[in-house]
Amino acid sequence: MNNKIENTLFQCRAINKEFGNVRANNDISINVRSSQIHALLGENGAGKSTLVKIIYGLLQPDSGTMTFLNEEYSPKSPKDARALGVGMVFQHFSLFEPLTAFENILVGLDKELGEKELHASVIMLSESYGLEVNLSSFIGDLSAGERQRVEIIRALIQKPKLLIMDEPTSVLTPFECESLFKTLKKLASEGTSILYISHKLKEIADLCDTASVLRKGAIVGEYDPKKMTPRELGEIMVGQSLFKPKRPVAANKSNKVLSVKINEVKPDTQFGVTLKNIDLAVYQSEILGIGGVAGNGQEELMQVLTGEKKDRNVSIKYMDNDIEMLNPRERREIGLAFAPEERLGHAAVGNLNLLENSLITDPKKRFQMKMGFIDFSELSEYTNEIIEKFNVKTTGVSALASSLSGGNLQKFVVGREIGQKPSLFIVNQPTWGVDPLSAANIRQAIVDIANTGAAIILISQDLDEILEISNKVAFLTNGNLSIPTNTMDIKTDEIGAIMGGISD
Amino acid sequence: MFKLIPRENVSPVLSLLGPLFSVGLTMIVGGILFYFLGVDPFAAIKMIFWDPLMSETFSTYSIPQIFIKGAPLILIALGLSVGFKANVWNIGAEGQYIMGAIFGASFALSLYPLESIVIFPAMILIGVIGGCLWSMIPAFLKVKFQVNEILVSLMLVYVAEQILALASLGFLRNPDGAGFPGSRNLNQYTSASNAEIIAGTGIHLGVLLSLLMVIFFYVLLFRHSLGFKIKLLGNSPKASGFSGDNPNKLIFLCLTLSGSLAGLAGIMEVAGPAGQINIDFNVGYGFTAIIVAFLGRLNPIGIFFAGIVMALTYVGGELTQFMLNLPAAAIQVFQGMLLFFLLSFDLFVHYKIKLKGNK
Repeated sequence: MNNKIENTLFQCRAINKEFGNVRANNDISINVRSSQIHALLGENGAGKSTLVKIIYGLLQPDSGTMTFLNEEYSPKSPKDARALGVGMVFQHFSLFEPLTAFENILVGLDKELGEKELHASVIMLSESYGLEVNLSSFIGDLSAGERQRVEIIRALIQKPKLLIMDEPTSVLTPFECESLFKTLKKLASEGTSILYISHKLKEIADLCDTASVLRKGAIVGEYDPKKMTPRELGEIMVGQSLFKPKRPVAANKSNKVLSVKINEVKPDTQFGVTLKNIDLAVYQSEILGIGGVAGNGQEELMQVLTGEKKDRNVSIKYMDNDIEMLNPRERREIGLAFAPEERLGHAAVGNLNLLENSLITDPKKRFQMKMGFIDFSELSEYTNEIIEKFNVKTTGVSALASSLSGGNLQKFVVGREIGQKPSLFIVNQPTWGVDPLSAANIRQAIVDIANTGAAIILISQDLDEILEISNKVAFLTNGNLSIPTNTMDIKTDEIGAIMGGISD
Repeated sequence: MFKLIPRENVSPVLSLLGPLFSVGLTMIVGGILFYFLGVDPFAAIKMIFWDPLMSETFSTYSIPQIFIKGAPLILIALGLSVGFKANVWNIGAEGQYIMGAIFGASFALSLYPLESIVIFPAMILIGVIGGCLWSMIPAFLKVKFQVNEILVSLMLVYVAEQILALASLGFLRNPDGAGFPGSRNLNQYTSASNAEIIAGTGIHLGVLLSLLMVIFFYVLLFRHSLGFKIKLLGNSPKASGFSGDNPNKLIFLCLTLSGSLAGLAGIMEVAGPAGQINIDFNVGYGFTAIIVAFLGRLNPIGIFFAGIVMALTYVGGELTQFMLNLPAAAIQVFQGMLLFFLLSFDLFVHYKIKLKGNK
């Protein structure tokens, strides 16, 4: 790693790009050397995505030049970019849901390749890089983590010289991350440069040779992440000091809020996960963290907890009431609140404005007048409150949810649920793809309601997040849940044993 | 080659201009069509869009006619629009319209010649139920067996047409009708007649109801939580489930509304302007209302104006038939073009075209 080859593979000079009156990229110049992993760091909306879209040919810059392999480089489309040796793995997946994983890889190819030949090389790639995927599964049935693995394989199969990765680890477990890092390091040592976008400062320190930091569309500087602490790097990125939420004090340990017992729940689709032997309880003022690799039953467990899926083999007791046969609305009415993983199309709807999105979860019929008429003044007051309290960046309550960035929409969704003052809040992946400052704010908000007496179930693949704010931790593997342990008592190698035993 | 790329920002102005644009383009292309049919295109277009409203000779007759023809279109389109918003595609309103008429008329005629003031409201109610029952068939099949409602509702139109023929030639045939097909004329049966409410105009209760329904649906869709649930289901079934709504109930609701309104339009028509059940009772209002719903952007106010424009083409079309000898089919082509141009325009509102280089 130390014998850096100082020749430049890719360079961009004074790239400018405006959208309306927003300057997304302002005079950006970066230098990616060959065989290096180069980090691109910045908050949501700092201009990283715009820059990599320009490099990948999805957008054309207003001005500025690029060179790749010492030649002028101006791709008109991703196809041009791929032909010249630039590949990309997106943060938001561009996969066809009705097709299988293998078919998705097949249709993504620019060159004709025999199916058998392709199948062999896909298997080879997935084995040597630890990218485990059931190739015959339909994308629609795969979890976010598995979908991402398909994306990564699809990019790698084209053997790129420069690989752009837009937050690739956001849905991976530490183990998967480590094996991905091995992959990336191996690729780099074999001569492929990687442009690596991430919010996770620690992994940048572990992985990257150089880091360019962007703030508000402009380059702040280029740093050596190995010579800085993640905190220092984070503070450069947000331009202010960062805080770290503390786990709740868990004062009212005796009051059980929810207990769940599941013998066996079969999935709705062939490729879903069967939930088995789940026995959990969560107390007042307590955060129960549920970790585990994507696709090990998180989605299925969430559906059982929200009531979107009802099953007779489940027993859910909430403050002495059996609630397993209640629907999501009825559960909300008695004090539960939920924030599912998928923001657009599940927790919120892109085509609806923020007012209407507030109306999706309205347990106390707060926005309804007599006979079911909508109380718009109350609704807009509440929506404005969420926007203000959670610092949601938007043009106003009539903005469409789809116009919000991922992180802002997540703040809105979490704010909407927390604003209902639930006694039990169940949240799946609350900070996926959210920038560090917003993520810290979301975690703090979760801790705050726990401190006022709410019970929390926090399902997350971000182990750091779970260890940071949970009082107890359990892990989902293959639909089984480990016995919840006190976070303070758990050792890192034990986590490895619990998760490693099953994730392979 | 061309490539369609979704626009990031859909202009609301463009989206509103769509209906106007499509009317304009229909006039131009329709004019060309009329030219080739040997008719002066300017005279024909003027006769369709201008004369019914402005000509001294025709307007006293045609302005009320526009509302009379617009009423069933508006009623049916309002009901359909609710379903369309929820992605429930009832395209068999024509059948529900027929069944509404048959149910209501059968009830009233079975009591003939009894006179009572309860007959008229009861007849309307039974007409509404008739239309509703006909739409419950696709609703039940969709919810119970996941059968596509488009196919079922459409095919049931042809079943309804057969029942209409059966009624006209069989069980509802006028015993005093000298063997001609068709039922007794409800206008000659005081208790069942949907008589005009403004003398000499032909304006009947259905016209008034269509205007009231515009307001009712506006409130339902934009001010009531039920309207929101329908919109949520249409936009994202998953979010609708997360909210706690039962999609099957909403599907039933949508089909109940659209079937009932089509039934209402049917009974109003048979007891009013049409007068009797006959083989040629239905004239395609149920299908034309689909165009009206989209032309009105699935918005009740929009549907009102779209219904009026569409009725204008009917009334103006009739004028061109007897004044200029334009074939009736030419007017149907004309109406079809309206939807075609609207949908094409929408494509360009939501997508932009990019030339793909052949490299």
